[in-house]
Amino acid sequence: MQVQVSRAKNSKKISSRVNKKKSVGVKKATGSKKNLFSGLPKELLLHMHDLMVKSRVLEERLIKIYKAGDAFFWIGAPGEEAWGVPLGLLTKKGQGPKYDYLHLHYRGTPTLVAMGMPMIDSIRLIMNRSTDPSTGGRNFSNHYCYPQWNVAPVSSPIEVQYGMALGTAHVQKRHKSQALTVVTGGDAGTAEGDFATCLVWASRRGQELPMLITVQNNGWGISTAFEGQHGETEIADRARAFNIRSRVINGNDPVETYLALQEEMAAIRKTGKPSFIEARLSRLYGHSSASGANFVGGELDCVREFEKKLLTSGYLKESQAKKIWEAYEKEGFEAQQQVRTEPGPSSESIWDHVYADNENADWRKF
Amino acid sequence: MANMAQAIRMALHYGEAHLGVKDIFGQDVGAPLGGAFTATQGLKTTWNSPLDERGIIGMAMGIAMTGERCVAEIQFCDYIFNTIDLLKIAGNTLWVTNGQYPMPLVVMTPVGAGIRGSIYHSHSFDAWASRLPGWKVVMPSTPHDAYGLLISAIKDPNPVLFLIPKALMRVRGEELIPGEPREEKELKSMVDAPIGDRSKWKPRWPELQDLAIPIGQAQITRPGEQITVVSYGRHLLVCNQIADDLRSDGISVEVIDLRTIYPYDWQTVKASIQKTGRAIFVNEDTEVTNFGEHLAYRATQELFYELMARPLVIAGKNVPGIGLHPNLEDASIPQKHEIETAIRAVVAETP
Repeated sequence: MQVQVSRAKNSKKISSRVNKKKSVGVKKATGSKKNLFSGLPKELLLHMHDLMVKSRVLEERLIKIYKAGDAFFWIGAPGEEAWGVPLGLLTKKGQGPKYDYLHLHYRGTPTLVAMGMPMIDSIRLIMNRSTDPSTGGRNFSNHYCYPQWNVAPVSSPIEVQYGMALGTAHVQKRHKSQALTVVTGGDAGTAEGDFATCLVWASRRGQELPMLITVQNNGWGISTAFEGQHGETEIADRARAFNIRSRVINGNDPVETYLALQEEMAAIRKTGKPSFIEARLSRLYGHSSASGANFVGGELDCVREFEKKLLTSGYLKESQAKKIWEAYEKEGFEAQQQVRTEPGPSSESIWDHVYADNENADWRKF
Repeated sequence: MANMAQAIRMALHYGEAHLGVKDIFGQDVGAPLGGAFTATQGLKTTWNSPLDERGIIGMAMGIAMTGERCVAEIQFCDYIFNTIDLLKIAGNTLWVTNGQYPMPLVVMTPVGAGIRGSIYHSHSFDAWASRLPGWKVVMPSTPHDAYGLLISAIKDPNPVLFLIPKALMRVRGEELIPGEPREEKELKSMVDAPIGDRSKWKPRWPELQDLAIPIGQAQITRPGEQITVVSYGRHLLVCNQIADDLRSDGISVEVIDLRTIYPYDWQTVKASIQKTGRAIFVNEDTEVTNFGEHLAYRATQELFYELMARPLVIAGKNVPGIGLHPNLEDASIPQKHEIETAIRAVVAETP
């Protein structure tokens, strides 16, 4: 119970920091519908809402799957939809250095949903089935891998993706393709040396890399609050020290996020130089199933908040919204039933893919 | 004949020219130094990285994810330890993605003692490396093998650790690398950067040829009948010398250069032990959970009833480091007389 109270207190602090920064890089919303959403077209807004709902329903389905005993562990992204969905939509999707690379951490569901990942594939991953397209039943939920979309494999050690992202950006720079590399991670992970590595290598004069370096600041490092882990005023200040374009945004607002991402990605494609975004956002179900995976009160719910705005503006009707939620609930439920019937990986398969082309790696057979 | 530094340089040039290598990088790898041991002088695709080992390995992994080929260097293996988790990830990426993300990269790093390098320029890494599933691990003992193994490493679609016995960097071999001029001076004039200003210097590369020394293939360097000695790297040359010395005493030693630590050539080792009935495994990494222990274990398990004596592992003492004073280094690392004494004792042992 004490943890819950502490979370709520912390979320207020984060929320207030977000409010202070609300004007960073974004036009202030005014009365008209157009201004309320900073000029973004209705179709895009409704599409983002649809994907945010889909991602939320999927994550809540994953938690149900875990709690029903159909999975060993859950970690995921409820609360990061307003950040992840615009990111997925703005990514230049494809395979190879001509397209954007994504080095995500374990809260990437909204981005993958926006890129077109079917719900059932995320469910196959958490239920460790052989049909899981990311890992074939070998890794945790949200540890996605989609080489056909340049989505690098997510690994559990935090922040290692910040070093690897340098390599894909380095190759993209060589190809002069205007493609970029995106790296995401949490606020607490910035304590790792790999974060500093990323800033140093990406910003060397004359050798700058086309990277969008991002931090999703939810105010928590597992159970330790932001204040217990940081001395800097903003994480973005660290990027500023390396002369990297930097900004702090309200990552709970999909419109602000979309516009900020669009602007920074355009700048990177044009200049070949890195940008940095610190997105302040919520963590609605704690760190993972290790902390209970229960809904945490007191944090802003970006999906409900955005939906409220769409309803108020008249872009969306209650009945339409209800249908969207219900349709994805149904899809998630049916996917779980389907995946229950699918096989797990075989015991013999442990030796598969130790080496490329399934070259033998079992010393007993050397 | 090339020394090992020249052989590595030529293999990297071959990689740039014929195998699609686009990045050879690490601390001081590019101009003006061309590597702490000069092994990367004069190459087209070299560049200097920040002094950041984790960045070097991360960069290499990212490059490999795009399918492009690179060779990264950690200047001394003593400084690779803060990248262990990245090496683990490089080794498990193909596996955990169910075959979707190969990691074709080469990491080369000098290892071992023998240059009075004190505690942080004398570490070994072969035992540690053998605990990185998904990696292939090679260690040459001659310039010829360094050339061929590095070319094989670059061609390999998996992550390959290329361990360089640093004490052998200036040792010349006995076999010509295909394409290298026979005269030492001529080769030097072609591929060694001059002392002093190198800004206008360009190498004249010999017409080098492909040389595939398959990863996973050992070599019998001294045929013998009474005992099998398995080694690699610097100590392989010591074992060869002992085998030559003992011949005059009527002791016939078969020496095997393992060359690849993983996946290792068990069939060659096994056939030799079946012939001799005796085996010693020699390397300079520390003795507790040493890679030689795995080989000795396997020999015991599979060949127990064919053995005439207990298999023996001769390795570095299990102390925290190699001390600077020669007395300390020599007491920590297997010495020639120690290996020779052990060979005599095992040969004399009867069931």
